[in-house]
Amino acid sequence: MNEQEILRTELRWALIVAGAVGIIVAVIVVSSAAMVLHPPSNVETIDPTTLHLEGEFVENNLGSVENPDGTITARILATQFMFVPRCVVVPAGRRVTFRLTSPDVIHGMLIDGTNVNTMVMPGYVAQVNTTFPEPGDRFVPCHEYCGLGHGGMWSMIRVVPESEWKPDADGRMSCEFPY
Amino acid sequence: MNSPTSRLVRAHLWVAFAAFAVAALMGAAQMLVRSELTAPAERPETYFISVTAHGTLMAYVLPTLFIMGFGYFVAVTALNRELPSMKAAWIAYWIAVVGIAMAAVTVFLGKATVLYTFYPPLTGSVFYYLGLVLVVVGSWIWCVQMLLAMRNWKREHPGVPVPLAMFATVANAVLWLWTTVGVAAELLFQVIPAALGWKQTIDVGLSRTLFSWTLHAIVYFWLIPAYIAFYTMLPQAAGGRLYSDTMGRLAFILFLLYSLPVGMHHLFMDPEHGSGFKFLQMMLTSLVTVPTLLTIFTITASLEIAGRLRGGTGLFGWIKKLPWDRPMVLAGGLAFVMLGFGGFGGLINMSYGMNAMVHNTSWVTAHFHLIFGGSVVIMYFAIAYEIWPKLTGRPAWSVRPLRYQIWLWFIGTMTMTLPWHLLGLFGQPRRVSTFDYSFPQIAWWGPWTMMSVAGGAIMFLSAFYFVWNLAKVFRGEPRTDIHMTYALAVHPPHRLPAALNGFALWNWLVLFLMVIAYAYPILQFFIIDAPPAMIHRA
Repeated sequence: MNEQEILRTELRWALIVAGAVGIIVAVIVVSSAAMVLHPPSNVETIDPTTLHLEGEFVENNLGSVENPDGTITARILATQFMFVPRCVVVPAGRRVTFRLTSPDVIHGMLIDGTNVNTMVMPGYVAQVNTTFPEPGDRFVPCHEYCGLGHGGMWSMIRVVPESEWKPDADGRMSCEFPY
Repeated sequence: MNSPTSRLVRAHLWVAFAAFAVAALMGAAQMLVRSELTAPAERPETYFISVTAHGTLMAYVLPTLFIMGFGYFVAVTALNRELPSMKAAWIAYWIAVVGIAMAAVTVFLGKATVLYTFYPPLTGSVFYYLGLVLVVVGSWIWCVQMLLAMRNWKREHPGVPVPLAMFATVANAVLWLWTTVGVAAELLFQVIPAALGWKQTIDVGLSRTLFSWTLHAIVYFWLIPAYIAFYTMLPQAAGGRLYSDTMGRLAFILFLLYSLPVGMHHLFMDPEHGSGFKFLQMMLTSLVTVPTLLTIFTITASLEIAGRLRGGTGLFGWIKKLPWDRPMVLAGGLAFVMLGFGGFGGLINMSYGMNAMVHNTSWVTAHFHLIFGGSVVIMYFAIAYEIWPKLTGRPAWSVRPLRYQIWLWFIGTMTMTLPWHLLGLFGQPRRVSTFDYSFPQIAWWGPWTMMSVAGGAIMFLSAFYFVWNLAKVFRGEPRTDIHMTYALAVHPPHRLPAALNGFALWNWLVLFLMVIAYAYPILQFFIIDAPPAMIHRA
């Protein structure tokens, strides 16, 4: 094998590599542009020391609420070592916007069987949108180590059929954490 | 290799492997805690102390000490000259050892149960962080030694290509200097003042961003010795030649360039960064696959040369003819398999949208254990087996125990990580000590975690088998020939452009890429003025 021949084979392989990487990137670009698949990135700040006193994360404003346009907003506080509220009820088939923040340390939240996943950081509001196609109970663990009680920090999303979504006059509905 | 250098190298490797053995034991115990079985002392405190120690020893102690020791070995054997300063090397060693002891004692006393990722506002005792700073300071002295060794050699050999093994080792030293800037800034300006009680609040967005600077490149720091073995030891052990020396240099340069401006792919799910820079760093991350894909071709071609020289014919017949009984060849083959699985998982992790399926789940733990255990550590075993006779002058009396140990490691790693991948896809979070298997949605996880228990136990056996092998198997007849021979290229380079024989140009390019990728993401915290978080002392 002479040197030129080796160089030719290497270059041919480099073209294949470029093609493979190109295809991977193209798939990601097309899916993020066409299917609007973006990671939670709203860069919205909030003062973690006054959360409980003022603004949207005061205690009686937590949980799920129906908006005038029929979509749902669910506000959840991630604290050491529980989500407040521990059970959140939402109707199937409607657009749900989760808004989360933390008054203390960094937490994480994911909803099993969905692609809802976000870090929850003091100082920032994390926002994720989703639609649950099927009713059922979903497991929602904290996924970032937040202290010794981290393992016990999990909550539930109860997805109910449209017929069982019966909010009160303020558009709110709540559920009991059964465990 | 002369005995003073051999002592220096062995001192580093023994610290690395002792840390590894302790960490392996704790890893296996953690598998038990997470399963349906009951482990001794099953409490969150012990579990998280154990995870903190396991991560600290595996991520910061084993690779750093191994890379330092192996780097000294390469500098002396590839350049065929003494180290710039033995005294500085020993000082660096003792600084690192003191740091390790300080960090380890603090963790085992339960004073720094914060895991090994520095994500304030949760902070541990300052002695934990100071200990790790000392380890890094020791490694910086090593970096300077590597740079000086290459400079001095080049002065004596003007125009001659630096041997590939040394070129790659210096690439790693340069990479490490860049890599540690992020975490050093985080520790010195944010975490340590907080741990000392000088500050009561902290900018968490900034600290996560600085840590991400280090977080991806550090993996390539660990991985480069494996690649040095692929390029300069594996073809030799297989009885062949390196297909292309130039491609090797190019691969190490690409690692230096593209492992740094990509760390924000660890922050895809973070609310403190916009999608623009996440997208940019995802694009850059896709380029880090290039050096690995180039390596797979070059090394496969090198092995094909070896297989055909040994009489292999046909399209794949040469594979059978390779000397699979040699630990380096076996480990290389298995590492390629696991690098394939791990790399495939990595492509999913880096996918800007798909990452949401797997972020912070067991999938991620599976991915990095496959890469670290399956590509990094398995090649550390092979390197140790390869260089041990050169260090002690005594070969192994049999290669069979070495081979069994490598097979066990492969089986253990695959058995442990397969269920993690699966459960991660279904939302099993990482870093959780126990699960309530009575919750119906997760009851089916139980049997799969049992499979991980088995995998962890096999890995633990293999880890101790490895230490036993080093201590007991290298007792063959003493040899006088302790000269280290690195693989020769089919066409060894005679003259190289300066760019392929040094790093000046590439450092400017790294700087350029880092300014593009990280200047705004870091500066934004001084612009948006995010409210700081209160420090929480664990």
